[in-house]
Amino acid sequence: MIKIEAVTKAFRSRPVLDSLSLEIGAGDRVALIGSNGAGKTTLIRCLLGEYTFDGSISIDGLSPRNDRREVLSRIGFVPQLPPPLKMPVSELVRFAATLSGIDTAAIIGVMERLGLAYDEVRARPFVKLSGGQKQKILAAIALGRPSRLLILDEPTANLDPAARKALFDLLGERRSDPVIISSHRLEEVAGLVNRVIEIDRGRIVLDDRVADGGSAGAVASCVLRLSRPDPAFAAAIREWGFKEGRDRLEWCGEIAAADRLRFLGTLARYGSLLTSIDIESEPPGARLVAQGGAGK
Amino acid sequence: MKDVVNAARLDIAESLRARWFVIYSLVFGGLVAVLFSFGLADSRVLGFTGLSRLLVTYIQLSMAILPVFVLITTVRSLAGDREAGVLEYMLSLPVSLGGWYWGRFIGRFAVVFLPVFLAMVGAAAYGAVKGAAIPWVQFAVNTALLLSLALCFLGIGFLVSSVARSSDIAQGGAFMIWLGLLLFLDLVFLGLMIRGQTPAATVVAIALLNPLQAFRTAAMMLFDPELVMLGPSAYVILDTFGYAGYLLWAIAYPAALGLLCGAAGYLVFRSRDLP
Repeated sequence: MIKIEAVTKAFRSRPVLDSLSLEIGAGDRVALIGSNGAGKTTLIRCLLGEYTFDGSISIDGLSPRNDRREVLSRIGFVPQLPPPLKMPVSELVRFAATLSGIDTAAIIGVMERLGLAYDEVRARPFVKLSGGQKQKILAAIALGRPSRLLILDEPTANLDPAARKALFDLLGERRSDPVIISSHRLEEVAGLVNRVIEIDRGRIVLDDRVADGGSAGAVASCVLRLSRPDPAFAAAIREWGFKEGRDRLEWCGEIAAADRLRFLGTLARYGSLLTSIDIESEPPGARLVAQGGAGK
Repeated sequence: MKDVVNAARLDIAESLRARWFVIYSLVFGGLVAVLFSFGLADSRVLGFTGLSRLLVTYIQLSMAILPVFVLITTVRSLAGDREAGVLEYMLSLPVSLGGWYWGRFIGRFAVVFLPVFLAMVGAAAYGAVKGAAIPWVQFAVNTALLLSLALCFLGIGFLVSSVARSSDIAQGGAFMIWLGLLLFLDLVFLGLMIRGQTPAATVVAIALLNPLQAFRTAAMMLFDPELVMLGPSAYVILDTFGYAGYLLWAIAYPAALGLLCGAAGYLVFRSRDLP
C-alpha cells in the first residue's frame, strides 16, 4: 500500500531522513517510534505530501504530492500538536466534512463516542478548548472521515484515560485498516500494532513484527490495597477513574489493556504503599495477582 | 472549484472574526464619517462641491492606508498560519493546493475590498439622502482604482508570504516593499531625481511602474484632468496615454501586477515545503 524508496529530506543541509526505504502493507498497523528529532514527524509530513524530498513515495500507486487530493481523501491524520484554529468547532467539522464529501454526523458521532458533547463545544473557538478536547475533535475528524489509512502523531498525548480507552476501542474496530502511530512510548501503543519501526537519525534501525494485540480495546478490572491511606496516591489514582473503598485502603477501577504498562508505571511510584495489586482481564483468562508489594 | 469556494468561505469567516478586520473596517468607515463631520461634502473648494470633494479626499487617504494594511495583515496571517502549524493540519485534508491558495486569495480580496467599497457606498447613500448629486462616473472610477490597488497589494502580500519562511521575515519584507514604493512617489525620491537632472523618461518610467504613483496620479486626474499639479511630467503622461488611456493604465496595471505576483506566489507555494 505504501512504498517509500530512498527518501532523503534535509533542512539546511542537515539530513533528517537519510535514504529511508520502507514498505507498509494493507494489513500493517505500525508503531513508528524514536526519540525527539529522529525523523518521525518529517516522514509523516512526506507521506502527507507536505514536504518535498528526494526519492519517491507512493500510496496505492499514487504520489502524495502530485495526486494529493486523491491520496489525502484516503488518509485520516491526527497531528502531534493541535493547530491554533480560531474558527468555531462547527466550522472546522463542516469544512472537513465538505472536503471529504460526507455528512458532519459521521464526525460528530465519533466525537460523542470519545466522550465529547458536540453541542457543548460546537460554537466555541477550537483554540480555546482544552488540549484533550482538541485532540478528541481531531481524532473524531480523522476517524469519522472515510479514510483507509490512519496516521496518528502522538494521538494520546492530551487524552485522559477514559478518552484514551475510547480511542483505542475505535482503532480496535478498524483493525482491517492500516495505521501508522507515531509515539515516543511503545508500551502505550503496543496493543494496537502488529509492526514496530524505530527511526533514529533518519534511518530505520528496527523493523519488527509483534504479536497481535487483539485485546487493545479490552478492559481489565483492578483492585489495589494499601498499607495506609495517602492523599498523593488518592489524587493520582482518581485521575485513572478509581473509586475508594470503605476502609480507605482499597481502590477499585478499570484499566484499558493498552494502558496497562503505563498504569503499572504510575503504581511503581507508590510501591511502598501497596500491599496488593489484582488485575483481572476481561474476558477472564489472564489473571495477574501480585501480593505483598508492587515490586513483586 | 469546490475547494476554491470552501477555502474562500473559510478565509472570509476567519477574517471577519479577526481583530485586524474590525480595526480595518472602523478605519475606513470612520474616515468617511470624519470627512462628513468636517463638512467636506458641503464645502466648495476649487469648484468641487458635494460628494466629489469627499470622494477625492477619501481616495487620497485610502492610498496611504490601504496598501500597508493589506500587506501587513495578509503576510501576518498567511505566514503565521504556516508557523503555528495551521497549514500542517489544514493541508492534510483533501484539498488541492490550487483550491486552497486561490480560495484564500479570493476570500481575502473580498474582505479587504468590501469595507473600503462599502464605506464609499455609505457616503454616496448619505449624500443622496441629504439631496447631494452623486457623481456616478467618479464613483465608478474610484471603485475601479481601489479594487485595483487592493488586488495589487494582496498579490504582493501573497507572494511575500510564500517566499518568506517566517512571519517576522514576511512582515519585514512586506514593510520594506511598501516603504520602497512610498519613497518612489513624486513627493519624495522622484522629486529629488527630477531636481538632480535624471532623464525625464527614467523618472516617468519609474512613476508609471510604481503602482502607488500610478494610483496617485490617476486620483489626481479625477480633480485635475490637465495634471497641472504634477508639473512638466504631465505632458509626457498625457501625450503618451491621454486622459482615458492613463486612467485605464492606472486601473489595469496594478491589478495585473497583483495577479502576476499572486500567480508567482502560487508557483513558489506549491513547489516548496508547505508547513
